[in-house]
Amino acid sequence: MITLRDVTKQYRGTTDPAVDSLDLQINEGEIVTLVGPSGCGKTTTLKMINRIIEPTSGTITVDGVEVTSRPAHELRRSIGYVIQQIGLLPHKTIEQNLVTVPRLLGWDGDRMAARARELMDMMDLDEQLLTRWPSELSGGQRQRVGVARALAADPPVLLMDEPFGAVDPIVRRRLQRQLLDLQAELGKTIVFVTHDIDEATLLGDRVAILRVGGTLAQYASPRELLRNPANDFVTDFLGDERMLRRLSLLTIGDLDLDAGPVVDASADAAAARSAADAYDANWIGVTAQGRLQGWMWTSTLRDGRRVGDHDTTAFRVRTQPSDTLRTALDAIVSSRNNVAVVEDESGYRGMVFVEQLSAELMA
Amino acid sequence: MNALVMLGQERPLVDWTWIADNLPLIWDATLEHITLTVVSVGLGMAVSLLLTIAALRWRWMYGGILAVGGILYSIPSLAALAFLVPLFGIGATAAVITLATYTVLILVRNIMTGLDGVSEDTIEAARGQGYTERQVLLGVQIPLALPVMMAGLRVATVTVIGLVTVTALIGQGGLGQLILTGVRLLPPLPVMIVVGTVLSVVLAIVFDLALLGLGKLLTPWTRSQKSA
Repeated sequence: MITLRDVTKQYRGTTDPAVDSLDLQINEGEIVTLVGPSGCGKTTTLKMINRIIEPTSGTITVDGVEVTSRPAHELRRSIGYVIQQIGLLPHKTIEQNLVTVPRLLGWDGDRMAARARELMDMMDLDEQLLTRWPSELSGGQRQRVGVARALAADPPVLLMDEPFGAVDPIVRRRLQRQLLDLQAELGKTIVFVTHDIDEATLLGDRVAILRVGGTLAQYASPRELLRNPANDFVTDFLGDERMLRRLSLLTIGDLDLDAGPVVDASADAAAARSAADAYDANWIGVTAQGRLQGWMWTSTLRDGRRVGDHDTTAFRVRTQPSDTLRTALDAIVSSRNNVAVVEDESGYRGMVFVEQLSAELMA
Repeated sequence: MNALVMLGQERPLVDWTWIADNLPLIWDATLEHITLTVVSVGLGMAVSLLLTIAALRWRWMYGGILAVGGILYSIPSLAALAFLVPLFGIGATAAVITLATYTVLILVRNIMTGLDGVSEDTIEAARGQGYTERQVLLGVQIPLALPVMMAGLRVATVTVIGLVTVTALIGQGGLGQLILTGVRLLPPLPVMIVVGTVLSVVLAIVFDLALLGLGKLLTPWTRSQKSA
């Protein structure tokens, strides 16, 4: 657990503090993202935790121990640190870079070699890279080595300063997902600085939004933040697409799915028409053995025949319960029936209507 | 075949007989030249490192060191010798001190530029992993400054190899002795001037290439730069 109590940082020669009487508590095993416009003191806040920057006043404790109670270099060996520029030592091989902290802690050679290989495996990096120089790796590879290096001595706390800011969006997505997977496994206490609200809400169990001058505008879970912005600053910062952002935090599985205008292939035309009428729809979906076959316009139904005897059109877009509501919305607007059909391994699960999404957002 | 003539004297520029008869003399002069160079550059390097470390700790010294170095560098070497002779007498000490002084400015400037050129991010990352200040200096800043420092060392060494000849005026000089004697003899002996000059140039080239190779050996990470 990390606690900041009444922490202020005033840089010499400035009139306004960079961080002003900040109180912040970060629980064990959670990812807290610090986000805000430039000049909000988010990086300063992060760097005060491992004393790269010393606070002007206030106390910071990690697991109940004040960070100033021991030499800075000892403190830092117990806290993983990743920065945007990565800062791999260019004159050391990847292996030497990985075991930087273990070497400072005096591990023996075999243990370090084994750990380096373990870390490469953990980060999905080829062991052959161990003997390379940092300059020989791609940006994404280097960034993963940077994260691995921070994890080398298995510190309980990880500080990350815009670690994925310098890689392209595709690599960034992959690194973000990898971090979440790792976190599910390792359960570190992570403080993560970013200026990207999407990254903050994606990664953070809780998000601390700071405003210029280094004060806390809101500190809450992403869902709470997007549902109840505490003030105009937060609303502004969350931007015009706040509702869309909320949709990407919820999954289809979170909704009570509606069966929708769907009948089994054995039903007759009359039953199909009444099922469609119940939804005020001019089309009807068809299932067989619990699996979705497709759909047809009700106008094409012929009396006296079973629904299964008609030609159906396949649903072009299908979603799964694990997809986000944002994906569901995308499916709705790109389908001719204005619904997102949901399936899982066992078959048809139901439909999402745009009204459901609105209701969810208004809740 | 003594077609080439110097100063109106009919003495050959390249007189193989003289060279063959005087190999021990030439060898001694070369060795002395090398010794003076190595000792002077070594002393200059040691002083420069101390000055740089002092300047890193007390930043205000930086400008002062460079200014004093600049003044020393602008003193004609002949005059510097004349100043130092009363202090250290005629001999190796005066010669070495003069030569070392010349290397200090070149070396200090290069060491400082090299250390300054180490990226702040790399240093911060090293600190962030738990390097002590001493470990940052010895394990990060100095190794990463090596390419620039080695470049300075090469310039300093080549400069000194040329300057050593001037110390012939106070009884040292290595190959400079050959040149000076060759000039002073009546009539002058061109072959001595040629041998002294050619060997001095050869020494400079050999040292330069050797240091270039040593630099590459010491900085293997600079060899495989990806252009990406």
